Amino acid sequence: MRRRLIALLSFLLVFSVVLAGCSEKEAKVTKSRLEVIKERGKVVGGVNADIPGFGYVESDGSYSGMDVDITKAIAAAVFGDATAVEFRPLSAEERFIAVQTGEVDVLARNTTLTTSRDASVGLAFAPVTFYDGQGMIVRKDSGIESLEDLEGARISVESGTTTELNLADQMRKLGISYEPVVFDSQDAAVAAYEQGSVDAYTTDRSALVSRRTTLSVPDDHVILSEVISKEPLAPSVKDGDSKWQGVVTWTVYTLIQAEEYGITQDNVDTFLDSEDPEIRRFLGVEGDLGEQLGLPKDFAVQVIKAVGNYGEVYNRHLGPDTIFDLERGLNSLWTEGGLHYSPPFR
Amino acid sequence: MKKHSTLMTTPFWRDKRVIPLLLQAIFAMIVILIGTIFLLNAVESMRQIGISFGYDFLSKMAQFDIGDKIVSFSSTDTYGKAFFVGILNTIRVAFIGIIFATILGFIVGVARLSNNWLARSVASVYVEVFRNTPLLVQIFIWFYAVFLSFPTIEKSLNSFGLFFFSNRGTVIPWFELTSSSFVWFLFLIAGLILSVIVWKIKLNQQVETGQNKYPFFWSIGSFISSLAIAWLITFELPLLLSIPEIVGRGFVGGYTIGPGFCALLVALVMYTASYIAEIVRGGILAVSKGQVEAAKALGLKSSTILRLIILPQAIRIIIPPLTSQYLNLIKNSSLAAAVAYPEIFGVGITILSQTGKSVEVISIVILVYLSMSLLTSLLMNIFNKYSQLVER
Repeated sequence: MRRRLIALLSFLLVFSVVLAGCSEKEAKVTKSRLEVIKERGKVVGGVNADIPGFGYVESDGSYSGMDVDITKAIAAAVFGDATAVEFRPLSAEERFIAVQTGEVDVLARNTTLTTSRDASVGLAFAPVTFYDGQGMIVRKDSGIESLEDLEGARISVESGTTTELNLADQMRKLGISYEPVVFDSQDAAVAAYEQGSVDAYTTDRSALVSRRTTLSVPDDHVILSEVISKEPLAPSVKDGDSKWQGVVTWTVYTLIQAEEYGITQDNVDTFLDSEDPEIRRFLGVEGDLGEQLGLPKDFAVQVIKAVGNYGEVYNRHLGPDTIFDLERGLNSLWTEGGLHYSPPFR
Repeated sequence: MKKHSTLMTTPFWRDKRVIPLLLQAIFAMIVILIGTIFLLNAVESMRQIGISFGYDFLSKMAQFDIGDKIVSFSSTDTYGKAFFVGILNTIRVAFIGIIFATILGFIVGVARLSNNWLARSVASVYVEVFRNTPLLVQIFIWFYAVFLSFPTIEKSLNSFGLFFFSNRGTVIPWFELTSSSFVWFLFLIAGLILSVIVWKIKLNQQVETGQNKYPFFWSIGSFISSLAIAWLITFELPLLLSIPEIVGRGFVGGYTIGPGFCALLVALVMYTASYIAEIVRGGILAVSKGQVEAAKALGLKSSTILRLIILPQAIRIIIPPLTSQYLNLIKNSSLAAAVAYPEIFGVGITILSQTGKSVEVISIVILVYLSMSLLTSLLMNIFNKYSQLVER
């Protein structure tokens, strides 16, 4: 009797406290991530640590790569200081949790934009920064020339990626039986491939190009010409914060628009007294676009000064002067037959 | 209860029967409260970013493939089945691992107390090396330095054309079931039961009469005769031997053990066995010296002393700490993701990142490990009870 009474009482107490907690929460208005970042004084970016050209830890511990530069550009837009940024190296598995929990402000880690990630994983994507496709690398002497030759092969892949799903889809479509060997890190997947434990390794083609250079004898390996899937890579933020999403989105557009105007890291100051009203608005000489976004007036100038325009970022990490020498292809501006196109700054 | 409360004159806050209850209730309340706050916080944060909570994703199509598996699985199966495949893989590595770790642990534990200098030193070095380095490092070493460094399939080592060693897996001859396997299986079970019964009967007779009734030969005989009956009924062998061969890029026939599984199994066995060896050594040392001396005085040889005097007494001390090593082994198997062996944690992480259902997936993984650990504890406790001294 008494035992039951105590149980009931304790339950009621717990319940009332819980209800009180609930009503408190309803009343609280959530702050935009932008405010949090401004208070903190730096942007926390989730990046890759092992894909040269996109996100890579250099021997001195600094980060380099396209995704890294985009994160720096965001910091420059907010603070006018590209060094006000902290990087968190994330694995493919960790990345979404890191965004969901607010561990990182922005995720720029070779992440493919897909419907389900947008809708149910709780991410909000910024514009695509790199148009990629999935490819497959095999040993030259293996006699594998197309996907059909992979019957019965062992294929290594990184877990938690769209690559893993595309591989399953593609093989199902072609009716090929294979054995997926799923690793939790790219380094492990590549090591298994290099040692010959698996016949092929699959990931985005850009990453394959970059990983190929790190193999002991790059010329022994060949990337199959078939493109398995579309992989538009885009930075993302936590869903439900349109203000912060806007900042990231327009920082990316700034890079693209700057290239279209021909504004570079070196000549940006000469454009400040341009007569062109579009450019004056873009650089914040006229109008209040920056304020509308919750950023300084001249955020575009700061972004360009920090990392340059999109073309400069691309060339610095993947262009002809690098070991990768990747064709611009789809990643050219729309004016040159590519897909990068910025909406008007007005 | 009711009668008591009416008779009571002291107020309940001073009642010795109530105070412990009250304290327990308060403690339970705090635990429930903290749990609820965590849960509500999670639900609230998920609501804020628009993620729904629920387990209905389990019946949706998984869309990914799993490499190393015992049951069939394809990308059109459900997430629920993917979990099932993962659970089976965890059980597979844990079960085999526990058996080998126990055997190795006992051998090394006994060897550490051996009078033979070489056996004692080798055992000591083994224990100190494996016990004092991190398991993940050991797994990496086994995987990269040993199993991935095996020759490629074209140059694979093979012994007598039966066993193949290559860096895409070790292949052993394996059995294939035939139409009569089931009948054979029934007779095998029946034969085992029969042999135990016959052994007991003959042993009892031997104890009563004092004459040697050869219980061992009787039981072996009855086992063999039941198998002979099975042969007469089916006129077929129970299993066919399937011998592996290399066809194209892979092996056909036999049973392929992937390098990930090998690395994980060997690492778990070696690591856990080093702990078990110490437990066994401690258990043996705890048996009082007089027991051994008495046995020696009776003229028993040392292997008999170990088997009949030391181990039965040591086992009582060994079992409880041994149980926690078994539990450790089961939980440590979650390090498999590093070597691409798809056990429950690895599969769970894949599902987690494909669906974004972090809370749900982690809760399932926790539940699976919890139930496996509890089940192991339960079995070991039963065994423990059985091995304890019967006190009157």
